[in-house]
Formats: sequence, structure tokens, C-alpha cells
Amino acid sequence: MSEVKSILLTGVGGQGVLTASEILSDALIDEGYDVKKAEVHGMSQRGGSVNSHLRYGEKVYSPLIEEGSADLIFSFEVLETIRFSKFLKENGKLVVNNMKIIPNSVYFSDVKYPKNPDKILKEVFKDNIYLFDAFKIAKDIGNAKFANVVMLGAISKIMGISDRSMEKAIENRVPPKTIEGNLKAFRQGKELV
Amino acid sequence: MKKLLSGNEAVARGFYEAGGHVATAYPGTPSTEILENMPQYGEDVYSQWSPNEKVALEVGIGSSFGGARTLVAMKHVGVNVAADPLLTLTYSGVKGGFVLVSSDDPGMHSSQNEQDNRFYAKFAKMPLLEPSDSQEAKDFVARALKISEEYDTPVMLRLTTRISHTKTLVELKEREEHNDLLGFEKNPPKYVMVPANGRKRHPIVEERTKKLKDLAENIDINKAEYNDKSIGIITSSIAYQYVKEVFPEASVLKLGMAFPFPINKVKEFAEKVEKLYVVEELEPFMEEMIKAEGIEVTGKDIIPRCGELNPKIIKNAVNKNKNEIKENKFEDVKTPIRPPVLCPGCPHRGVFYTLNKLNTVVTGDIGCYTLGVQKPLDAMDSTIAMGASIGVNIGLEKALGKEFSRKSVAVIGDSTFLHSGTTGLMDAVYNKGTNTIIILDNRITAMTGRQDNPSTGYTLMEEETKEVDFEKLAKAIGVERVKIVDSYDLNELKEVISNEIDKEEVSVIITKRPCMLIRRREYDIKTYRVDEDKCINCGLCLKVGCPAVIKNDDETKAKIVESMCTGCSVCAQVCPQDAIKLVK
Repeated sequence: MSEVKSILLTGVGGQGVLTASEILSDALIDEGYDVKKAEVHGMSQRGGSVNSHLRYGEKVYSPLIEEGSADLIFSFEVLETIRFSKFLKENGKLVVNNMKIIPNSVYFSDVKYPKNPDKILKEVFKDNIYLFDAFKIAKDIGNAKFANVVMLGAISKIMGISDRSMEKAIENRVPPKTIEGNLKAFRQGKELV
Repeated sequence: MKKLLSGNEAVARGFYEAGGHVATAYPGTPSTEILENMPQYGEDVYSQWSPNEKVALEVGIGSSFGGARTLVAMKHVGVNVAADPLLTLTYSGVKGGFVLVSSDDPGMHSSQNEQDNRFYAKFAKMPLLEPSDSQEAKDFVARALKISEEYDTPVMLRLTTRISHTKTLVELKEREEHNDLLGFEKNPPKYVMVPANGRKRHPIVEERTKKLKDLAENIDINKAEYNDKSIGIITSSIAYQYVKEVFPEASVLKLGMAFPFPINKVKEFAEKVEKLYVVEELEPFMEEMIKAEGIEVTGKDIIPRCGELNPKIIKNAVNKNKNEIKENKFEDVKTPIRPPVLCPGCPHRGVFYTLNKLNTVVTGDIGCYTLGVQKPLDAMDSTIAMGASIGVNIGLEKALGKEFSRKSVAVIGDSTFLHSGTTGLMDAVYNKGTNTIIILDNRITAMTGRQDNPSTGYTLMEEETKEVDFEKLAKAIGVERVKIVDSYDLNELKEVISNEIDKEEVSVIITKRPCMLIRRREYDIKTYRVDEDKCINCGLCLKVGCPAVIKNDDETKAKIVESMCTGCSVCAQVCPQDAIKLVK
């Protein structure tokens, strides 16, 4: 329990990055860890690049994850995954929603959205990356809004967070009517890794 | 009970627990959530947004003179606005405990500069407390109030973005009432700062600073943690956490109260360690005071003065490592930038699109609309400080003549106009300017996360209230030409703006549409879709800079992401082929 673990969450403003980070934090506190979570908000309610640094262990000092030291990257969008992959440690894992959100900047500069970003990621990270269409999986369960919880299922299994703590955290953070669907999404997510 | 709280949430909680009575602020990142978290304690704590930081601080002064425990919060640059009353409040002193929370923004995540407000504590002669996590943020509020009452002084609680916006575990306690000081007693020698009284107060302030220095020497939040004595590091705030992360074996002197500066404690620490460092974010605030005593210390020679610190910067600086360049796994992959942008349906979009088309010089201001500087809108030419758009516009006209104002406008948001734009408008009218001023009225203080202001009809504590009428206000100031425009109507915007710019007198144009993200607004969201048969891929719709408007996969047609579209119709209005249609 003494070793400090780091999870970097990344995505685009409006995708629910910060809410997912809250659920993970709740579960980790329930597991008895010291938790620190750093994010920057203020600018950009929608559409900007967003990330959240989450660190846990017996005693955490710095809330910030250093480059090359994240145990896991939890990403909601593929371009942001590439942008922030420098934070991952050697042989760290990535859980990525295979979704592209094209920023308007590509139409007014020479830098274009990378072609086949999912293939590029797969080539570099091989077995360490779990890349899936969380929206499709969530839709099949009944609601695209469960996508983030599908991903949380995968992450909790990789990080070894107990189902009890995760389920409790999800129940506390989602609208009461959607608890059942979200828990189903969570279990589905665990099957993916 | 332990709870994961941001530093800002912890400050609000700390004020509630410490028996706080009155809290005021003007929103500003990274300080905003302090007051946003106050109404939950509304049965015990009165809280409000003021129109600007100066008024917030003055309301705080009155509250403290009435014996109430008082908190006033603002971002670092907000203290500049409030500096006038602050630097005399430190002469008058307080009655009820007074804590000024200054939330600084090293790294300028959401600010126009990265000034170090610790110097304000020294300048104003007030004690400075700096927490290093949320638990301390909460505890230090109670400390600050107690010190304030005991020493008859306001106290600065200085946070930074990483303290304000980092969540760490906090032990919650019950509220403790402190009502014994409530009530106003006349005391002109203390509260009326005419020169004769000010002259008597100044020596009292100097005497107080000496006593506070004794406190800083002995207070338990200035603490030496001795370990390996070959390295000793003096540090404070978030830098303490970084130092502990990268040098767990080093001896550390953590200063929770760095002004007045506990120089004897520093000397004692310096004598016990071999090599002494001072690690602080931004300016060499502590370093200068250490060196003034002739103590040898390494600080800003190796620790950067610009930007925020992180563990790696500190580790490399102390170990004299070069910043190793990590192998880039995606060498051949370029990543396009994804900066903050105006949201889909943002009412500012059409205004900036029009200003760009009219090729105007735009003196800008501070709010979401500052994003109008970015491509493709590309329609902002100056941004300095809250309210500055109008003064700068007047200055350009005075320097370059009335002709200049025939191609120039000032833009300012509703909340920013009320914060400090009205005086600029008076200047324009009074000094016979011919400026055109656009008030971008989106019915909220949007940039900081949608806070109410005197024009929205609601208070912080969710009560209905009166609304400022911008049209009447402008007319009362003496503006004869006041026009109101629908922000989504591009034709009307173009016509009115071109027309008003041409007039050789002051014009005020109020562009009206609520922010898309206002909680109370009733949503009637329509969406638009591209008719691919009609689209000729000219790219004009992309030039409105909306996140919902992109190209299709093979980049042969425009495409609207329907899940993001809010139906503002601005892209449809610019389409020359009439190819963007409302989804029925």
C-alpha cells in the first residue's frame, strides 16, 4: 500500500472527465487510500483540452504527475491520448475511448488531425492499450451516457480497485434512476480487459 | 469525518466552522469556488457577489467594523482593484476577524499576469498565511481569524491555483460560534482615517508588525522537519509538497506564516544544515529577506522565477540535471492544438465574426469573449485588465484623432462593464469622445463558471433581486445613441455596428442573448444539418469557429455534429449556398 500510483485522465471539455475523476477518487478513498486530485478549470466550459491528475497511496505529497510516471492513462479522446502519452511510464497501461473530436484549429493551421490515430496508438503501445468504442457498448446497454462508466469498469479491474468501492462510488455520483444501467455498464467494462 | 475537498471548498468550510458571519467576493479564477461553496452554509453565513473586488473588500470592512467574522476572496489581480481600501484597512485595523483570500495563478492558467501577491502582505503590513493542502487551507482560516482579532489586523490567506483546485482529504468539524464581538461602537480615531488619525495609527501598525514577528517566530505552522542535514530546504505553499515528493530525506523548514518573516527561526535552521536552499514559486520573496541577513542560500539562481513549479523542475534544479528530453514515441505525429473556444451557441460568436468582417480595431476586455482573439474569429487587438477596453479605446482616439474611432470599437461583457466599465464610459462622454462601445450582454458572469451579477436578477444566495438596465444606465451617463441587437442576427449586427461606428458621438450597442450554459435558462435546442447536395465545400461556415462545425471524414463537405449543435443559426447565415438547414 505504500507505493503511490498515478492516473492521468484526459479528454475534451464537456466529456465528463472531471466527473469520472470524482468517481474514481471516491472509490479509492473508500479503499482507505490517501488521494490527491489536481485539475485546472476556469477557461473553456466546452471544447478545450481537459485533464485531471489523480494520485493515491498511503501518503501522497505532490498532486501533480510527472512526465513518464503515470501508471495509467484514462482517455476519452484519441488525439488527447497522443498529446498526453508522454506522461505514461514505461509499460504503463492506457484505457482509451476510441473517439475523435476534431478541433476547429485544424482548419486554420498546417497541423491536421492525425490519420488513423487508433492504429498509431496500437502500434506504439501494443498490448498495453485498451482501445474500445465505449459509446457503442453503452448504447447497446441502453444509453450512450453510460460510456464513461464502461471505461471505469475496465480501469478498476486494471488497477485492482474492489467492485464494492467502485459500485458504491458510482451509486453516489449518478442520477438515481440510472443506477441500474450504470452498474450494468460498469460490469460490461470489466469484461473488456 | 474525512472528505475530499478542493482548497477553495476547504476555505469555505473553514470559514463556516470558525463561526464566520459575512463573506464577499467578485468571481475570478482560481478563487471563484470559495464563495460558490458558501450558500450551503447560508443559515449561518451571509454571502454575496459584489460588483468588483474593491466593493467586496469595502463590504468586508463594514462587516468587520460591526464585529462580524469576515472573509473576502478574490484572484491575485483582483487585489490590485481592492488595494486602495486594503492599504488603509491595515491602518484602521479590524473588530471582527478579517481574512482576505488571495488566489494567485502561477503559470497563468486563466489570468493575464502571474504577479506574486505575497508582496501585498508586506506592502500593506499584514500577516501572510500560506496553506500547502486543503486541510491546512481549512485550518488556516480559523487561525487567520483568530490572529486578526488578537492583533487588530486583516490577515492574508494566500492560495495558488494548485492549492485552490487540488482536492485532498480534510477532516470536518462542527461550527463554533463567535458572536461576542458583534455590534458597532463609534471610534473615529480608529475608523476615520483623516491625516491626523492616520499619523497616530501608523506607529501602532509598526508596533503590531513587531509583535506579529514574534508570533511568526513561535507559531507551530512554521516548522522545521529535521532529517538528513546535508541539505536544508526552506519552502512554503504547494512547493512544500513538491519538495517532500522529490527529497523525502532532506531537512525542511516549512513556513505557513512567511510574513512577518521569522528570521531567527531561519537562522537556527541554516546553522543546522550544510547546504541551504529556498524553494518558492514565482518571486524570491523569502530569499530576499534571508539574503538581507547575510545568510548564504541558493534560490532563484536555479529555481525558475517564471511559471509554476513542479516536482521535476525542483529535482533537476537541485541535482543540477539537465532537463532530459524523453524519447518521443510519436515523433512523426503532429498534434493540432485544442485551445479553449467559444462554446457552440455562444452569443459572442456572431459579434466577433462581424467585427472581423468589418476589419475593425477591437479594444477588448476580460471574459469568455477574450477568446475572440483566436483564429478564425481573430478580432481582438488589446486586452489588459478588467474594464480597460473603454479607456484604451478613448486613448487611441485622443492620440490618433476621431478618424481612428471610425474603424474601432471597444467590447466588454455585462459583468466586466459593471465591474469597472461604467467609469470608462463616463470618460468617453465627458471628454467628448466618439467611441463605439459594445456591451456583450449574455446575462451572466460566464468565464468563471456562470455567476450572477447586478444585471442578472439573482443574488449568490439565489434570491430574486433587481436588474441593472444597461440602456437606462448608458443614457443616464449621457450616451444618446444606445442600440440593442440580437447577438444571433448577423445582418442586424453588421448594419448597426457599421452605422454606429460612423457616428461622431459615443454609441453604446448592447448585444443580447443569454449564455448557452446558464442553469436557469429554458432550453429549446434545435439543431442544424448540412444538405450535402447543396454544400460546395467553400469552408465559410468553418470560419465562425464553432466546435460543432467540422468537415466530413473525407473532407469533401461541411458537417455539423448534431450532438453539439444548439441551433444558434450563425453558420447557416454565412452559408452562401443556403445548404445549412434546420432539422425538422
